Amino acid sequence: MSSNETPQKATGLHVGTAEPGCKKTDPMLVIDHVKKSFGGLTAVDVEHLEIPKNAITALIGPNGAGKTTLFNLLTGFDTPDTGTWSFEGKSLSGVPSFKVAQMGQVRTFQLTKALSLLTVLDNMKLGAKDQAGEGIFKSLFPRFWKKQDAEIEVKAMELLKRFKLDTKKEDFAASLSGGQRKLLEMARALMTDPVLVMLDEPMAGVNPALTQSLLEHVLNLKNDGMTVLFVEHDMHMVRHIADWVVVMAEGKVVAEGPPDTVMKEQAVIDAYLGAHQDTDLGVITGRIDTINEEESK
Amino acid sequence: MDWGTIINNTLAGLLTPTTIAFALAALGLAMHFGFAGLLNFGIAGFMAIGAYGYAISVLTFGLPWWLGMIIGVLGSIAFAVLLGVPTLRLRGDYLAIVTIAAAEIARLLFLTTAFTDVTGSADGLFGYNSAGGFSSANPFPPGSYGFGPWTYNSETLWVLTFGLGVLALCIWLLWALMRSPWGRVIKGIREDEDAVRALGKNVFAYKMQALIIGGVFGGLGGIVYAAFANVSPGVYVTSITFFIWTALLLGGAATIFGPVIGSVIFWVLQAFLSNILPELAINGILPVDGTQAATLRFVLVGIGLMLLVIYRPQGIFGDKREMTFVK
Ligand SMILES: Nc1ncnc2c1ncn2[C@@H]1O[C@H](COP(=O)(O)OP(=O)(O)OP(=O)(O)O)[C@@H](O)[C@H]1O
Ligand SMILES: [Mg+2]
Repeated sequence: MSSNETPQKATGLHVGTAEPGCKKTDPMLVIDHVKKSFGGLTAVDVEHLEIPKNAITALIGPNGAGKTTLFNLLTGFDTPDTGTWSFEGKSLSGVPSFKVAQMGQVRTFQLTKALSLLTVLDNMKLGAKDQAGEGIFKSLFPRFWKKQDAEIEVKAMELLKRFKLDTKKEDFAASLSGGQRKLLEMARALMTDPVLVMLDEPMAGVNPALTQSLLEHVLNLKNDGMTVLFVEHDMHMVRHIADWVVVMAEGKVVAEGPPDTVMKEQAVIDAYLGAHQDTDLGVITGRIDTINEEESK
Repeated sequence: MDWGTIINNTLAGLLTPTTIAFALAALGLAMHFGFAGLLNFGIAGFMAIGAYGYAISVLTFGLPWWLGMIIGVLGSIAFAVLLGVPTLRLRGDYLAIVTIAAAEIARLLFLTTAFTDVTGSADGLFGYNSAGGFSSANPFPPGSYGFGPWTYNSETLWVLTFGLGVLALCIWLLWALMRSPWGRVIKGIREDEDAVRALGKNVFAYKMQALIIGGVFGGLGGIVYAAFANVSPGVYVTSITFFIWTALLLGGAATIFGPVIGSVIFWVLQAFLSNILPELAINGILPVDGTQAATLRFVLVGIGLMLLVIYRPQGIFGDKREMTFVK
């Protein structure tokens, strides 16, 4: 395993200075004035944001910054109060979530959604798109879908091997551990052949050894031509694989840029410190220090 | 005590038009609840619409029996769509409330005197089997068929044959659907519909299809029942819904043959209890009188249902592993 090699970072992603809302040379997602409030609380308030194509973008920010809410809005799982956004130039406002997924923008959930009483293999096969056997009339006659189903199974087994779940294929997903479910959900999302993969804390609860190999999978996704947008709290991971980092705090984008410069910005430190001033200040400052230490290396 | 009669009547419960009608309705619930996770407490409503659809088409509109039955099926499809459009977007338990209410509304509409000309009000409807030609379509010449507890006249034999044919078709349909990728999507929706949505499946459309298919099975149950007995609003009450749920859970909600076997066991038990309890009362073993003893069986059914859900929620035929993971 080429574990500690620094991966090839994508560069030249943006135009002009790296500031919140800056233009990208080749954007995949373009977000304008997207705002969402829950009662009096403004969870998301993004003026303008572009997510670069064929790159790995990390979305970071303290707890409650609005990252998951933004994911929900972008994938049609929630509707914003105002705003528009487009995916590869096609407007997605008001498009239902399943259509968003069909267009190739596929997400995973922060709270893992394994389909408990389906086997691991069925979970995977469910992910495949355009299955003839999913139409109610064709489903009655296996000759319409047997062959396609066998192909899907081969693909599913390949992915399961990559995610070290192949020995579990006949088990109910309910019998998997928390980390294994995260892996299954991610593998299942990849079964849809997505263009843009949106991962909400994919590594939370996954052991370090596996994290390492998963990071490689995420990097491979980029090499396969996919775009990745992920939420993560582990700054080491963000630094390791992200080409671009977007920082959110209290619903707003407060900074964006390449990982090694953006984390030094005052706005970012403020965002993390500001949100935790009276709680676990030590941990957070520790974390920021680690970043600074690595910077000075 | 007359054990011969008790055993004879109990065994007769194995195969009756009622058992078949129950099996069909339970199969509908298996589609709804066992596979798609839709909590339908209004299966009696689907049965009523099927039965009345058939009877009214024949009696009021003078249609032949087979067309009347098709109209009964179309009626249950319409009922499913009517229920589904406003409720399938809501959380599961709302569907339960709406279905129970809708089934009651349907029953009360059939019961009200406002439409007596068409529905027969409290008297219900009869005579449609001969008027529509179902009786004369009977291929069996008059006579006595079968043996022992399973001795039938030609009319009952015809209903049984017809009912078993419909049941076999429905079992095949459910089996074929659930082994396919379509069935995989349906089971996925039962587990977590947002996850399925995130994979690009039109969850609403799938839930609607499941509601319609299960509803048609329920409607066919009502039609088979109507082919045997009169159509009466007193039959399609909420308690029949719970009997069908009992049959379903007895066999196993997420299985194909479970609902059928569950219905058979339910009716055999019912036949046994309704014979033995009054006997026990008469012989002074039970401290109640005869009529009370007959109603006691429904109490026992209720207790049985509770024990079943607590100790064996996956039913007799359910996958053992499911037991470990019941939410
Ligand atoms: N359905 C909801 N109803 C009310 N408030 C909500 C709802 N969903 C989110 N919020 C609020 O919106 C804010 C943003 O929540 P969100 O889940 O997007 O945060 P996050 O950035 O994903 O945090 P974390 O890193 O902890 O996952 C929070 O203050 C939260 O309380
Ligand atoms: Mg979150």
